Amino acid sequence: MKLSLKVWRQKNKEAEGQFKDYALSDISPDMSFLEMLDVLNEQLLAKGEDPVAFDHDCREGICGSCSMMINGKPHGPESMTTTCQLHMRKFKDGDNVVIEPWRASPFPVIRDLVVDRSAFDRIIQAGGFISVNTGNAQDGNTLPIPKPDADSAMDAAACIGCGACVAACKNASAMLFTAAKVSHLGYLPQGQPERQRRVLKMVEQMDGEGFGNCTNTNDCEAACPKGISVKNITRLNKDFLKATIFG
Amino acid sequence: MKLESNIPSGPIEQKWDKHRAEVKLVNPANKRKYRILVVGSGLAGASAAATLAELGYNVDCFTFHDSPRRAHSIAAQGGINAAKNYQNDGDSIFRLFYDTVKGGDFRAREANVYRLAQVSVNIIDQCVAQGVPFAREYGGNLTNRSFGGAQVSRTFYAKGQTGQQLLLGAYSALSRQISAGTVIMHTRKEMMELVLVDGHARGIVTRDLVSGNVESWAGDAVILATGGYSNVFYLSTNAMACNVTSIWRAHKKGAGLANPCFTQIHPTSIPQHGEYQSKLTLMSESLRNDGRVWVPMKANENRAPHDIPESERDYYLERKYPSFGNLSPRDIASRAAKEVCDEGRGVGPGGRGVYLDFSAAINRLGEKTIAERYGNLFEMYERITGENPYKIPMRIYPAPHYTMGGLWVDYNLMSTIPGLHVLGEANFSDHGANRLGASALMQGLADGYFVIPYTIGHYLAGVKPGSITNDHPEFKQAVEDVKGRISTFLSINGKRTTSSFHRELGMLMWNNCGMARSESSLKEALQRIPEIREEFWNNVNVVGSATELNTALEHAGRVADFLEFAELMCIDALQRDESCGGHFRTEHQTEDGEAKRNDEDFCHSSVWEYSGYTSKPTLHKEQLTFENVKLATRSYK
Repeated sequence: MKLSLKVWRQKNKEAEGQFKDYALSDISPDMSFLEMLDVLNEQLLAKGEDPVAFDHDCREGICGSCSMMINGKPHGPESMTTTCQLHMRKFKDGDNVVIEPWRASPFPVIRDLVVDRSAFDRIIQAGGFISVNTGNAQDGNTLPIPKPDADSAMDAAACIGCGACVAACKNASAMLFTAAKVSHLGYLPQGQPERQRRVLKMVEQMDGEGFGNCTNTNDCEAACPKGISVKNITRLNKDFLKATIFG
Repeated sequence: MKLESNIPSGPIEQKWDKHRAEVKLVNPANKRKYRILVVGSGLAGASAAATLAELGYNVDCFTFHDSPRRAHSIAAQGGINAAKNYQNDGDSIFRLFYDTVKGGDFRAREANVYRLAQVSVNIIDQCVAQGVPFAREYGGNLTNRSFGGAQVSRTFYAKGQTGQQLLLGAYSALSRQISAGTVIMHTRKEMMELVLVDGHARGIVTRDLVSGNVESWAGDAVILATGGYSNVFYLSTNAMACNVTSIWRAHKKGAGLANPCFTQIHPTSIPQHGEYQSKLTLMSESLRNDGRVWVPMKANENRAPHDIPESERDYYLERKYPSFGNLSPRDIASRAAKEVCDEGRGVGPGGRGVYLDFSAAINRLGEKTIAERYGNLFEMYERITGENPYKIPMRIYPAPHYTMGGLWVDYNLMSTIPGLHVLGEANFSDHGANRLGASALMQGLADGYFVIPYTIGHYLAGVKPGSITNDHPEFKQAVEDVKGRISTFLSINGKRTTSSFHRELGMLMWNNCGMARSESSLKEALQRIPEIREEFWNNVNVVGSATELNTALEHAGRVADFLEFAELMCIDALQRDESCGGHFRTEHQTEDGEAKRNDEDFCHSSVWEYSGYTSKPTLHKEQLTFENVKLATRSYK
């Protein structure tokens, strides 16, 4: 396959960025998208040019590192698929492919396609945990948890923290990310004692990081490679309202 | 180098309790005077950092990722073992201990393994309390599955994402401590060097991966929880950034490195599809419950699988191991696949693959049942290969997956360098020559939550807190060394990329020190590795500068260390003139091609000391004694 790439290049946080064009040939349809970028980088290195920097690690769709807009969509055209699991057979010979970093002011660009997502960590640090010291735990079966609750908690907990939800949202809202954690812990009996405090703290941090308000248009769910449901946002709103009134 | 394992005396089931009663304590008011540096934020590192901070210590935790949640522990699929016996099927601490020692082919230390089995039950309780959403029964209780050939159901799981959920549990505990100010988290900082003062581990040197700043950090003790070295093979199921640097740097500063040749090859990975391939993807072992493994009877077959009649197929695992069949242990299934491919009977591009065929199961149970059991795995396979496994048999091939070797540690998880503690996959302690499924998560969390919080106090009680700061000359020297190394990389200006060297080394290691090793293959590798290393240092081209985000520079540093470490791995494999677990020396096999141990001469851990010259390490031996499990031949026929 032959491809024409338009890739965002930006030296560092302060520098101005720009798109650069690259032509690639002999791309195998069996390659993953990141392997295609590896090929580009090997060619750049051979010419003594700086490779395109991008975050990536497990390449199995679970670590949440990879993060790029491909033709205007977070993680590219395939639904429920991270960039590392996207394969070139989903593109056509001769395609133009535009590759950009996540665009959201709480995620500043560090270099090329690499952005700073530490705001997500700070949202979790604000309250996305159950306060239990090691050694405090009772036997795992002491508290039975109805299977549907455990399953719903698991579905919410499947979030990989990639940030596609923020990138997809025209308000750069982090509601889906925050709601997934609020919901995961809120479904479980262990999460109840801190339920109100948690939602208030996490929302406060989210707002403080500069993420926008929820648009209620569900672009986040559509872009989420793990299919996290917007129902979690409804749960967050309910919890938030309760905590505001009664907390 | 003196190897003092510090195993407590007494009966095995009392050793840990006795030890906990005897180790020195640091009183709560004094804990806050100590600073502990933890490198790595995976299961072992995050759980250790969080727990030590809860106890009152000051902790600095370092990761080269952008967030502690990205550590490779996240990719573990299957589950975590614990001797809870919730299923009432006869499990016990002793049985988990026994299975682990036997599965490791009698090359692990009994006392450590017993403790691991003991604390396994606490891990599950702790994770449940943190909100880890383990799978449950309708009655609300935790459910289990049997895994990796165990005869009891002791594996706890969270869908196919157990590693992710356990890591997020540890990450949440860590986040809580970060917000409390007891852990200072350093992201995008890679450890480049260990700093010793008067023979004790007192700090590290890091490179900030964004600014390029080289900085040093002082503490009262250092913990390495930096994972395994499967990427020495270039292609493995490990994440791209996994590397050997931190343990190799520690080794060069005097830490004994044990059994580096013990590596695990997982039988069910998706085969390589081209030259450009960057990593291999694991398919869960559970697929072997319903899939049948086969290759064509004749070599160089080019018919499609459907056109090959039953009579011309060789279901070789069922043929060779009638009682375990397709469920034979990892090392055995992997070698059998290699063997048939070596005979020219492999399938798919390059002939390095075997079929894993679900057609019989689909005929028996229907497509719906198979989809319920493996739907997500089938989707993942189709996404990667573009082939529909409901219609066309999957193709699988073994891939490097886990490394049992690592830095030698005593019963307190301390290396041969006082103050340097090593946790999780980075140490050598619990899995012997072969790791059983669902045991890696167990060990990482056992070390971090329940062992190091007790044992590190024993060391710290003898140390005056805060006595060393990073303006000590040793720190300045270490920073200079790291900077010097970085500028060397940037000044070589050769013609080849780092990846090309990594690939060359990986292929050599895979062919000569992979699933099967022989004296001649190892000797060949030992000749080639220094040649590749020499060419690397003369002909690599590392672009960019030291003061920016420079992925080329990062990779070069890691590959340079792999190029040294690989030699030790082959030296170890050559010295261990027996077959055991994942270490298969072709000279030592039974008539049926099974691994043949030599307990007379090799019932020990080989611990290597750096002599100042990579090619000539000094060997020390820790003799292994088996008082509770009788040395026996593993048989899965």
